[in-house]
Amino acid sequence: MGTYTHPRYAIAPICDAGARHPIVIVGAGMVGLTAALDLARRGQRVVVLDDDDTVSVGSRAICISKRSLEIYARLGIGQRLLNKGVTWNTGKVFFRDRLVYEFNLLPEAGHEFPAFVNLQQYYLEQWLVEACAATKLVGLRWKNRVVSVDNRTDGVTLSVETPAQTYALTADWLLACDGAHSAVRESLGLEFTGKVFRDRFLIADIVMHADWPAERRFWFDPPFHAGGSALLHRQADDVWRLDFQLGWDADPDAERDPERVQARVQAMLGPHEKFEIEWVSVYTFRCRRLEKFRHGRIFFLGDAAHQVSPFGARGGNGGTQDADNLGWKLDAVLRGIAPDSLLDSYDAERIPAADENILNSTRSTDFITPKNDAARAYRDAVLELSAHYAFARPLVNSGRLSRPAVLRDSPLNTPDEERWDGGVPPGAPAVDAPVRHDGKDGWLLHHLEGFSLLLFGAPRELPRGLDVRAIFVSPTGEAGALHDYTGLAATRYAAAPGTVILLRPDQHVAARWRRFDPVAIEHARQNALALPTAMAKRMVG
Amino acid sequence: MSTLDTSPRLDDPDGLFEALVEAHRDLDADASRRLDARLVLLLANHIGSVAIVREAIAAARAAAGEKP
Repeated sequence: MGTYTHPRYAIAPICDAGARHPIVIVGAGMVGLTAALDLARRGQRVVVLDDDDTVSVGSRAICISKRSLEIYARLGIGQRLLNKGVTWNTGKVFFRDRLVYEFNLLPEAGHEFPAFVNLQQYYLEQWLVEACAATKLVGLRWKNRVVSVDNRTDGVTLSVETPAQTYALTADWLLACDGAHSAVRESLGLEFTGKVFRDRFLIADIVMHADWPAERRFWFDPPFHAGGSALLHRQADDVWRLDFQLGWDADPDAERDPERVQARVQAMLGPHEKFEIEWVSVYTFRCRRLEKFRHGRIFFLGDAAHQVSPFGARGGNGGTQDADNLGWKLDAVLRGIAPDSLLDSYDAERIPAADENILNSTRSTDFITPKNDAARAYRDAVLELSAHYAFARPLVNSGRLSRPAVLRDSPLNTPDEERWDGGVPPGAPAVDAPVRHDGKDGWLLHHLEGFSLLLFGAPRELPRGLDVRAIFVSPTGEAGALHDYTGLAATRYAAAPGTVILLRPDQHVAARWRRFDPVAIEHARQNALALPTAMAKRMVG
Repeated sequence: MSTLDTSPRLDDPDGLFEALVEAHRDLDADASRRLDARLVLLLANHIGSVAIVREAIAAARAAAGEKP
């Protein structure tokens, strides 16, 4: 078969049964591997358990968002994803045989990464495995299946089954990244709350050497699939992802029949396109989450914590942001520079983010799969109007595509005290901009590391005791500063000379000021580490 | 912020009723329902405030004794 050969990873014998590890991750999928790589790059040793011996099989997450690409760039594989992936910014929505709505997700220049690249999940996972191996800090244990979990206040003990033996290991901290059917979740008896949609969809990955543009196309009630919806995405290697809405009464076995799929696809592409079918599956979906993502020493990430429908690319990208959020916090706690309570902020930040994804994904799915006759009448009314009236087009909901979570109400934020018109508020992820450094063109985000302080203006001496990486950003490019040669950095941060932005290790804004105040900066840094801030004044200045 | 105005405001009440009924001439139940939906969407956009439409939804439900 096909365009990709799955690696088979070696199964190493277990020589340390009963051992204790600081961090154990269950699930070597995209989220578990992202978390492992993030922690390893911060210097932490990680053990990863996976019940298989290869990467993702079939058609799974395909749309990697700009924010995810920035996270992967921080982890060292952003450029590789960009080079191999198919870049797209444009989405088109058709109703019957006419185009009713078109969106461009990134009309703005001056960003390293586009709104999305499409890439099959197995490539991402394979490169994450390689990057994890290169750190020499990640122990990947394939064909290691978790059979039981004992979650105690002093550690988490797992019973793990391998082809050769069953053994125990204990973790100080356990990250459950083992997907929608999470064995860790089931062991703890935790329930999801949310909804399941009464609809079935057919996914087909096909290989087609067609010169069609790289854009997302979505059809409501098209001539080739009357009464249903359809979705088309281009992926790498001339693989195209097709989704067909089948309805709740469809027979999944009959729908997987190759001849039937062949006929559906041929009808969609037209009689002359040649293609080969690489993957077919029929699925239903859910929008739901656990009540809490932290359970003592266990954290749930990705689909193990929350699930959404695929319209909007919020599953894989949401999970990537979970890993991005937890990694630096766990590292800080393990290093003893932050209290255990910092880890509670994972719930405080990622539950609202999951709810935002669930809300958007539920609304899209309610539009695509109307739940009663009234909903269908309104849906069809929107589509009928959209062909004639611009006002109806923003109501057409074929998926609201993943946006990075803005952690607005996070307890780690230090709220603005001054007046700001725009810019990047506390809780929002840093925004990229082109900068020149030592005569070379590059990107602002590449210069961030740990807690970073963007200082707009000419470089100067800073007082001792500030435990941050100081980055001067100047419009004239003095030595020792990033040259904001387009002015976009200042514009995007609504910065004037003297503006200071404090960024967390996951590149989210912790606080911002119009003037440099070392005590305020230290207060904000300590607040972002969930430390009591009373001591800041003594430590600085 | 404005609120839903439920005082009598129509310049031609009988004409409005006639126009609404006439609009559904020769439509079956499904088509009728879609027509009403298109009408609601056009009027909602004209009003331009989701808050007022929510008030109207609540008022419409309450008038027939439906739960809020």
